[in-house]
Amino acid sequence: MTKKQKLSLLRIILAALLLGTAIVLEHLGNLDSLLWWQKLGLYLLPYLLVGFSVLREAVEHICHGQVFDENFLMATASVAAFCVGEYPEAAAVMLLYQVGELFQSCAVGRSRRSITALMDIAPEYANLETPDGLAKIDPEEVPLGSMIVVKPGERIPLDGVVIQGESQIDTAALTGEPVPRTAAPGSGVISGCVNGEGTLRVRTTKGYADTTVTRILELVEDASSRKAPVEGFITRFARWYTPIVTLLALLLAVVPPLAYGKDWSDWIRRACIFLVVSCPCALVISVPLSFFGGIGAASRHGILVKGSNYLETLSKLSTLVFDKTGTLTRGEFKLSAVLPARGSEAELLELAALGEGYSNHPIARSIRDAWGQAAELSRVQSVQEIAGQGLCSVVDGRKLLLGSEKLLKARGIDFTPADKDSTLVYVAFDGLYRGVLVISDGIKAGADTALWALRAAGVEKIAMLSGDRRPAAEAVGRTLKLDQVEAELLPQDKVAALESMLKATPKNRTLGYVGDGLNDAPVLTRADVGIAMGSLGSDAAIEAADVVIMDDDLSKLPIALRIANKTLRIVRQNIAFALAVKFAILILGALGYANMWLAVFGDVGVSVIAILNAMRCLQESHRDCLPRPFYS
Amino acid sequence: MKKKFQMENLDCANCAAKMETLIQNIPGVRSASMNFMTQKLTLEADDDRFEEILEEAQRCCDKVDRGCRILRP
Repeated sequence: MTKKQKLSLLRIILAALLLGTAIVLEHLGNLDSLLWWQKLGLYLLPYLLVGFSVLREAVEHICHGQVFDENFLMATASVAAFCVGEYPEAAAVMLLYQVGELFQSCAVGRSRRSITALMDIAPEYANLETPDGLAKIDPEEVPLGSMIVVKPGERIPLDGVVIQGESQIDTAALTGEPVPRTAAPGSGVISGCVNGEGTLRVRTTKGYADTTVTRILELVEDASSRKAPVEGFITRFARWYTPIVTLLALLLAVVPPLAYGKDWSDWIRRACIFLVVSCPCALVISVPLSFFGGIGAASRHGILVKGSNYLETLSKLSTLVFDKTGTLTRGEFKLSAVLPARGSEAELLELAALGEGYSNHPIARSIRDAWGQAAELSRVQSVQEIAGQGLCSVVDGRKLLLGSEKLLKARGIDFTPADKDSTLVYVAFDGLYRGVLVISDGIKAGADTALWALRAAGVEKIAMLSGDRRPAAEAVGRTLKLDQVEAELLPQDKVAALESMLKATPKNRTLGYVGDGLNDAPVLTRADVGIAMGSLGSDAAIEAADVVIMDDDLSKLPIALRIANKTLRIVRQNIAFALAVKFAILILGALGYANMWLAVFGDVGVSVIAILNAMRCLQESHRDCLPRPFYS
Repeated sequence: MKKKFQMENLDCANCAAKMETLIQNIPGVRSASMNFMTQKLTLEADDDRFEEILEEAQRCCDKVDRGCRILRP
């Protein structure tokens, strides 16, 4: 508890004792002999003890032109109750209001703390190597490119490259992935991860401002400024609700007594009930709190959601489109067969290795790995990449073509298409077809479970876009039982294919795209929600996507969806609950069936319940983290 | 210039929303967002008048909730 809260608690206890005594004395008849002003004084004492700050703020805010705030409403309601002679109620309303405020402030403080604990991945210091030994300094002050030492168990303060030492690195805080990664000289390490048993010397490659942990923290913090539509609705609602209810209260207090000659005090009492429930706090606090909690829970799994709006989009997902390579498949290509049409297998493989010698494409790497020797790159004169088709190069002064059927067809080369469900690289040299390389890429472990869980979480259609050959793409589609497979797409075709799927998406539902975020940025941006996977340490992907999954584990997708669904469910529950209770109390109050005590529950009680419900967004039930078993 | 400030005693979500609206309406402010959960104000405003705008922002906060302060780094 903060000092302010303790002070408030002390006041509440004192006021409760005073008020309790007064009420007991009155019931025993001990106060009957007192004059009205003496009795008033007896109740004013506890009232002012808890209510003075409220009255003062109400007056101050009116002077500043901020009329409709809770202070004003509570002040008016309680003063009006005093005026009609309901002394105990007036003091009790203020007392309960303060109890509620205190409770609310504790609840907010608690959820703030649990959220900050969640984001407690910021490193506190760095061990900088200086001529006089190690200096423990603020990570912000470490210059770019300097040498730092990470001792066992310490948090890595800045992104960098390991120069010396070996260790296992725990990335769980960032990725939610329990299996540690190995760090050895030459490998990159990422800030925010925790070092294992070994000591590492690291040369920093980024300043603190651009380092992964800072970017992640900023992302999560800024996320709540991208508001979901439902939050906008609440803000607009709050703006109108209070003035309207206040106006109604005024009418209720004045019209029946004036027009029909009813009893003033009864109708003023009813108006007070209106004033007490006219604060929209329950909604205004609990809705952003729910979203913040949802974003926090997701980040604990290594899922960064860049805005509350994306949680809402995720909860309405009807279509999910995947990129094939590296997303549904492992992205680790292996040469599975060499089928020469002319010459030997070794000759064919060597040609291919030469042609792919300069390429960084995973397929190129798999061919070079299979060749196993260093290709004599001096034999390669020029290399030209033809997007989506392959490579065209000059080797030993003769033209070498490596790529798809399309490439060979376009050059008028006679060949026999191979009948395989895999990625094929055709080789033509000096105008003659030489053979084909068969390259396979396995489907990621757990992909089918993840897709099944996605369907269970409400996704109706799962599709795949691929630049790969149709048979290869369709083989993956069949294995994973995808609803739609679009293959042989050039990068620009992917956007067009996605747009036609967007058109087919039902109204009020959304489409998501999952890719690696590197070569499919335009598609990521075009989708309602773009999800990048395997992005730890990749700034481009973090930039382009709306939801970033730090590792490449497909089971994180259903988790993200379940968190989104749960958050939105809680938001809707809170809105429905708060509105229902408030409207019910308004109606009962107008009819004369509600009393002040009920009204106070309608204000602070509802707020507290809504906050407690919202805090469930932060908790992950066991069900949310594990893929559900296959029964049912 | 865009800067982030820690807030002190930001106790009610409704107040945070009101402060945000008031600050957004200060001339020279390009964007302002008041994060109730992290108690942080992100202010983007003209460089040459930044200090002035920040003081005006503090006055806006005073109007809504006395005791709520923008902490200067």
